[in-house]
Amino acid sequence: MSISPNTPLTAGTRRLLPLNLLWPWLVAAVILIILPLVFDSRSALTIMNQMGITIVFALSYNMLLGQGGMLSFGHAVYMGLGGFCAMHVMNMVEGGLWLPLPLLPIVGGIFGLFFAFLIGSFSTRRAGTVFAMISLGVGELVAASSIIIVIFFGGEEGISGDRTMGPEFFGLDFGAQSQVYYLTALWLFIAALGMYLYTRTPIGRISNAVRDNEERAEFLGYSQRHVRWISFCASGFFAGIAGALFAINFEILTEENLNLVTSGSILLATFLGGVGFFIGPIIGAIVFTLLQTVLALYTEIWSLYLGILFLATVMFFPFGLTGLLAIHILPWKLGKFRLLVKPYALMAIPALMVVLGGAAFLEILFHIRSAAVGDSEMTLYGITFDSHGVLPMLSAIVVFVIGVYLLNKLAPMLKEAFAQATSMKGAGS
Amino acid sequence: MSLFIVNILDGLVTGLLLFMLCSGLTLIFSMMGVLNFAHASFYMLGAYFAYQISTYTGFWVGLIVAPIIVGVFGALIERYGLRRVHKYGHVPELIFTFGLALLIEEVVQFFWGRSQMPYRAPEALDFAAFSIAGNAFPAYKVFMIFVAIGLFLALLYILTKTRIGMTIQAALSYPETVQNLGHNVPLVFMGVFGVGTAMAGLAGVIAGPVMGTFPGMAVFLGSIVFVTIVIGGLGSLWGALIASLLIGWIQTFAATYNVRMEDILTGLGFDKPEPIWDSAWQDLWTLTLPQIGPILPYLLMVIVLVVRPQGLFGKRES
Repeated sequence: MSISPNTPLTAGTRRLLPLNLLWPWLVAAVILIILPLVFDSRSALTIMNQMGITIVFALSYNMLLGQGGMLSFGHAVYMGLGGFCAMHVMNMVEGGLWLPLPLLPIVGGIFGLFFAFLIGSFSTRRAGTVFAMISLGVGELVAASSIIIVIFFGGEEGISGDRTMGPEFFGLDFGAQSQVYYLTALWLFIAALGMYLYTRTPIGRISNAVRDNEERAEFLGYSQRHVRWISFCASGFFAGIAGALFAINFEILTEENLNLVTSGSILLATFLGGVGFFIGPIIGAIVFTLLQTVLALYTEIWSLYLGILFLATVMFFPFGLTGLLAIHILPWKLGKFRLLVKPYALMAIPALMVVLGGAAFLEILFHIRSAAVGDSEMTLYGITFDSHGVLPMLSAIVVFVIGVYLLNKLAPMLKEAFAQATSMKGAGS
Repeated sequence: MSLFIVNILDGLVTGLLLFMLCSGLTLIFSMMGVLNFAHASFYMLGAYFAYQISTYTGFWVGLIVAPIIVGVFGALIERYGLRRVHKYGHVPELIFTFGLALLIEEVVQFFWGRSQMPYRAPEALDFAAFSIAGNAFPAYKVFMIFVAIGLFLALLYILTKTRIGMTIQAALSYPETVQNLGHNVPLVFMGVFGVGTAMAGLAGVIAGPVMGTFPGMAVFLGSIVFVTIVIGGLGSLWGALIASLLIGWIQTFAATYNVRMEDILTGLGFDKPEPIWDSAWQDLWTLTLPQIGPILPYLLMVIVLVVRPQGLFGKRES
């Protein structure tokens, strides 16, 4: 099977940051350390913890999808099972087993690895579409079993634990949210570094080769199946770490951590950020968590917006947000970035019109369909009006349509500016 | 014995319904190489459209009109969505249909809310067709069986005996040649996708009153459909038929026979630990067949994959 070089999956060989140098990692470490000093509210800490866990999970997912070309619809299984096992171990610590809490993610990782080894033995036999469906079936199997096997999964209520009951670790008892933050941040750093180094090993490189052309890799003497299996196990290990971090942070795990919804949202987050790029899933997880928490504060139909955003990403920017950033590196290096400033500034107005008009249309429609009978007053963008009236709906539609029209009008200009900005002529001026 | 026959018939209804979904999915997959993750979402749309139409005009108009609307909708999605993503390869296509499934569920909740719709079978079919030892078999289910079989025969006829079917099959293997012979291959693909989704829509129209019309119906059936075509063997219409019937019967029988693990274990000579809720084997002892019914198709899939990776009727390894 020949794949054109312009697919989202094979984009990963391009690099956005020189991660083989030391300074990006030092910067990342410094940012991780000072973040809670800048955003020190309790809710900010909660969001950052959730972000850290999602980043580890998304990176491990990208190891499959971006590095190995395996689309999985059941990746939550390895995070969830790792988390459940870690939670049981945490409860054993309460019963007298000696294990400091900061080492618990290793336990989760080992169990994630174990289950990935087991399930990977038959599911990695085939790649592509078939692998995707098998992963879905296995995911559904585990999620459905979790309701039946009460003693391990705790049934509908799930299982819970207490992270503060373990032995003290240098005077830390992990009762405070900030201590949990630093624990998560430390493991985020270790896991991210580990996963990055994995991509630099021979096996990481060969998994790229298998992704791009499995027949040729086989011909060179590498069993494509074994290569996939090894990648799958490594990915399961890091997913298990994410699961244990989840167990530590939230102190409860339920069926929800195993089901298709969780597996689907990690696909969403990773793709949104950009598969293939190493920092794609990191950006994706941050944006996704922010959208999830912030959008949900403002609107009831946030998941509809998320769905639209995801579909638009797949259709128009298959390289994700990182891909969008990446295409601006060349103009920047050529010193022609200023050529793009004006077109972008001009495009920003109709783009804003499309977003605001479209959102207003959906919100008004949703209010008409779902509000209680007689309740027709709604507030949007600080304006209170009658949602059943013709004028608000009409103006939303008009704003949206004008925005789309202007975007179409201005698009050729941006294209031309881009062609100029990326051409070598007159560089460095 | 009579319960057995009733179960056979009930399983047949479930199996044929599953097959209506699988056949559309298999058609699209073998023609275009696209695995339509959103297939069950079109089934859900069929049920919701038919419900909405039936509130104005009654069941029968919905039966005809709803699948057509779903088919046109599907064709438009192929034209303006899938075709765009196609150039990036199969995995982004699959991701696209996955996103589509999520979006359709959100849109359905947006318009109709989260609760179940009062979508009912027509009164003309609201009687018992026959009864077996006191168990009445509703006429609507007989109707379902005939619609499913009729659809299958029509599909088989069109694909193997007509010019259109020949063009479709040729376009699958030699798209360039067929294109050069003057056929519009992209249009053929659009048509195939439209017909496939219309079949899913039809399944939704007739299943809606029996299985319930609610936003979770696509997710509920979606993964079972995928499991079924993996068991049957990807791209094999006969495999899809056999696997659908198999799963229909497994689920029906598992739901009606209350076999308890406790009886089996004591029958084998094990002692029941007392008190049971303190034992680590608690789950093993309290399991019953209706409880594990929902996971049986997935278990079957894993077993089939381990023993025969290409599926029951699949020809190739990948």
